Amino acid sequence: MKRYPIAFKLTFLILSCAFVIVAAIVAYNYISSRDIILRQAEDNSRLLVAGTAGRIDSVLSGVQKVAENIAFSLEDATLSKQEILDLNRRVLANNPEIYGMAIAFEPYSLQPDKLYFAPYYFRSGGRIGFTMLGDAKYRYFYMDWYQIPKEMGRSAWTEPYFDEGGGGVPMATYSVPFYRARDGKPEFAGVVTADVSLSWLQELVGSIRLYDSGYAFLLSRHGTFITHPDENLVMNQTIFSLAEERGSRELRELGQRMLSGEAAFTPIGTLLSPKDSYMFSDGLNFGGWSLGVVFPRDEMLADVLRLSKSMIVIGIVGFVLLVLVTVGIARRITSPLRELSASAREIASGNLDLMLPEIRANDEVGDLAESFKYMKTSLKDFIRDLTSTTAAKERIESELRIAREIQMGILPKLFPAFPDRREFEVFASIEPAKEVGGDLYDFFFVDETHFCFLVGDVSGKGVPAAFFMAVTKTLLKVVAERNLDPGDILTRVNADLSSENESCMFVTLFLAIIDIETGETRYANAGHNPPVFLPCGGEPEWIPPLGEPVAGIMEGMQYSTKTMTLKPGDLLFIYTDGVTEAMDPDGSLYGDDRLMTLLSADKEPFAPKLVKGVGEAIRVFAKGAEQSDDITMLAMQFIGKCAP
Amino acid sequence: MRTDSSTPPVPFLFPLALLLAALLAAPAAPALAQASEKASIILQWLPQAQFAGYYVAKDKGFYAEEGIDLDILPSGPDILASDYLEDGRADFATLFLTTGLQRRESLPLVNIGQFVQHSALMLIAKKSSGIKSFQDLDGKKVGLWANEFQIQARALFRSQGIAATVVPQTSSLDLFMRGGVAACSAMWYNEYHTLLTYGLDEADLQPLFFNDAGLNFPEDGIYCLEKTAKDRPELCRMLVRATLKGWLYAFAHKGEALDIVLGHMEAAKVPANRAHQRWMLDRMEDVTMAEHVPMGVLNREDFQRVVRALTDTGFVDTAPRYEDFYKGTAQ
Repeated sequence: MKRYPIAFKLTFLILSCAFVIVAAIVAYNYISSRDIILRQAEDNSRLLVAGTAGRIDSVLSGVQKVAENIAFSLEDATLSKQEILDLNRRVLANNPEIYGMAIAFEPYSLQPDKLYFAPYYFRSGGRIGFTMLGDAKYRYFYMDWYQIPKEMGRSAWTEPYFDEGGGGVPMATYSVPFYRARDGKPEFAGVVTADVSLSWLQELVGSIRLYDSGYAFLLSRHGTFITHPDENLVMNQTIFSLAEERGSRELRELGQRMLSGEAAFTPIGTLLSPKDSYMFSDGLNFGGWSLGVVFPRDEMLADVLRLSKSMIVIGIVGFVLLVLVTVGIARRITSPLRELSASAREIASGNLDLMLPEIRANDEVGDLAESFKYMKTSLKDFIRDLTSTTAAKERIESELRIAREIQMGILPKLFPAFPDRREFEVFASIEPAKEVGGDLYDFFFVDETHFCFLVGDVSGKGVPAAFFMAVTKTLLKVVAERNLDPGDILTRVNADLSSENESCMFVTLFLAIIDIETGETRYANAGHNPPVFLPCGGEPEWIPPLGEPVAGIMEGMQYSTKTMTLKPGDLLFIYTDGVTEAMDPDGSLYGDDRLMTLLSADKEPFAPKLVKGVGEAIRVFAKGAEQSDDITMLAMQFIGKCAP
Repeated sequence: MRTDSSTPPVPFLFPLALLLAALLAAPAAPALAQASEKASIILQWLPQAQFAGYYVAKDKGFYAEEGIDLDILPSGPDILASDYLEDGRADFATLFLTTGLQRRESLPLVNIGQFVQHSALMLIAKKSSGIKSFQDLDGKKVGLWANEFQIQARALFRSQGIAATVVPQTSSLDLFMRGGVAACSAMWYNEYHTLLTYGLDEADLQPLFFNDAGLNFPEDGIYCLEKTAKDRPELCRMLVRATLKGWLYAFAHKGEALDIVLGHMEAAKVPANRAHQRWMLDRMEDVTMAEHVPMGVLNREDFQRVVRALTDTGFVDTAPRYEDFYKGTAQ
């Protein structure tokens, strides 16, 4: 797995989050502002279109009323030709929004001999011009403005047109049919027309500006552009011919929707503008015309974009600051950590005198540095203590080694101990569990013929036991001098040991004195475990205990002496409980039975061999387990005259 | 759509080119040698791609090459082109064949070149009105153009006993759009498309072709007085030749031809848009390029069919002989 430093992880995570947050804020801001702007734009364009349509409609409706009033008055058949002309002129003069006005009669209807009667007053250079419409070149009753109201039987706005017979400017005409009664029935008699100059409309609609390049345009009933910023379209193209020219099905459908007269706010792409645009369109109340307002999306959203750009810039600056701050913080955290880490390795290599890096941060890192300093000091102290303790221990150990040598030195260690004596063979071994032990053995001649041998076991182990053992051994040696009664010897030794024995230590002792001539052996036992008697050629047997207590505790205790006779070849095997209580690694004891079995197996026992054999057997049994108690063995073999 | 005009024009370009070459070969040198001869022609309608061949020939100098200083006079809904022939305001006129035949009864005119071989005149109803055939027009108001444009419809109405009320129609389709008439006159190359540019879809329209009623009449041809044809045969030939060249050039260079036509339309302050004029030029190619007759030639059978229909319906009392009526160079 790739290893990323904390500084990197911290920086990466924080910056990722920050980036996501900033991006989300910018995106949300853009989207919601755009929606708001879009709604406002829809409302604005709706109001704009409604306002413009209202202005157009109010003018058109005024024109319509004028024409309708005249049509109504013309139903009066008594009006003379001159009255009609006067009416026509007067009305035009009083209605500046009307460009021209005609009252056109059906052929032969006003004057039976005249095909045409259609006075037309129009504005021209600030004055009112007059002409009579109708000649072979201008048969007015075939014109839309005449035919439509006639055939449809109702008033109508014509499509915008150039009228050569009239004003010679692009116009739209409102035509109202009027009827006169003939034979009691109303009969179509002609139309009254009011012309509206489209330049007026073109100026009004053309003045509409939305944003930078937004514009408005007006479509006629059949989709002809009445006004449009592109002059080439005006009166030349319908929105559908434009669609065909551009091969745009969408534009054609847009035109059909517009002409349906329904108000609609539509995204129109680039149909009517080089830029992606929106359009609001609505039908006018009169004329069947439709007004559309087109405004480019990017201009509409320019403020939003500007805002978003500013936010992005701020976001980027903030991001960069955040990068610097995060990296700084990460460095501030990790650089002491790195220094501490290096120091820790240095310390681990043993350099406790290393100067720790100076870290003043008053935070967790500072705490860590402080802990480090404390750890270093503690380690140093500990190491110092450990050094002195170790030195002390070594001294003690060396003293103990010397003590062991001294202790072992007070025990007879040289075998065969009496190479010139053939009457008996004695062999002993001691194996203290610690440097110094509490077991003891000894053998010496009490007089010429009496040989004393003993094995003891002081309670406890170690130095106190060793001292007690030394005292006991010395005491025994002294007391046993010229004294042939083992019971008496133990009684005396017990008396000496138990007096002022404040540490309440005690010792078990088996002491025997053999007459090396007769083999008579007297012995006493102070709480020692029973030795084994191996008769020559017989089965080994325990020497029954006398049931007398250990020495050193009960002052004034009297020990008794027993007597047995060793025949030549017989052997006494005395041992401490370290033998039978030797443990293997599982904690099971060597035990009396194993010892007895081992001793039974040797049909021709010999003291040194027997002691070494038992020692070896115990070592094998212990399988390397730590020795828990001193192991001491002594074998006394009477040789005398063996008579097997 | 029309069935008899769906002929693909391409295969005939080659023979037509041969014809053109033949027409151009012999008289070219003497024509150039002559001084420019002044002449005028009146077209039977407002400037538009219907007359692209004439305007192209004029603007590209084909007439001048032939030695004609030709004046092209536009007309309109209330001008009769044949009147201009009668009183000498124009030397030549383009007329429908029907018009030419009818006028010949009172005016000695002859055809010197037939260009539109198929009838493009039609009536259009709205599908929504339920009209599916000419018979459905019985009792309805029908917008018909004045004069010669009514001949076909009136002949049909008379022969099939359709009692339709005729409402004079101008160049405007407004009355039809507003439902003032159930059907209106239309040229396939013109008004049919105009209705499409008013936002009506082809699916909304029910075209009624006179061809389907057995009245496939050749239309635009060049006419002049017998006297002109007789006295100035070379002029007639040169005029037809240059016009033919103009048409072929227009069909081969439609973009340029449209520019020329649109220029003339703007000059005449006629509402103009390119898409519409392109449609018209395309349809003119369809109705001009015929399978059964070389370009510029009046086919004898077509002539006789029209004559028969006109005499049968009483529009014409005495039918002229083909040889007397048609004085074209190629026969």
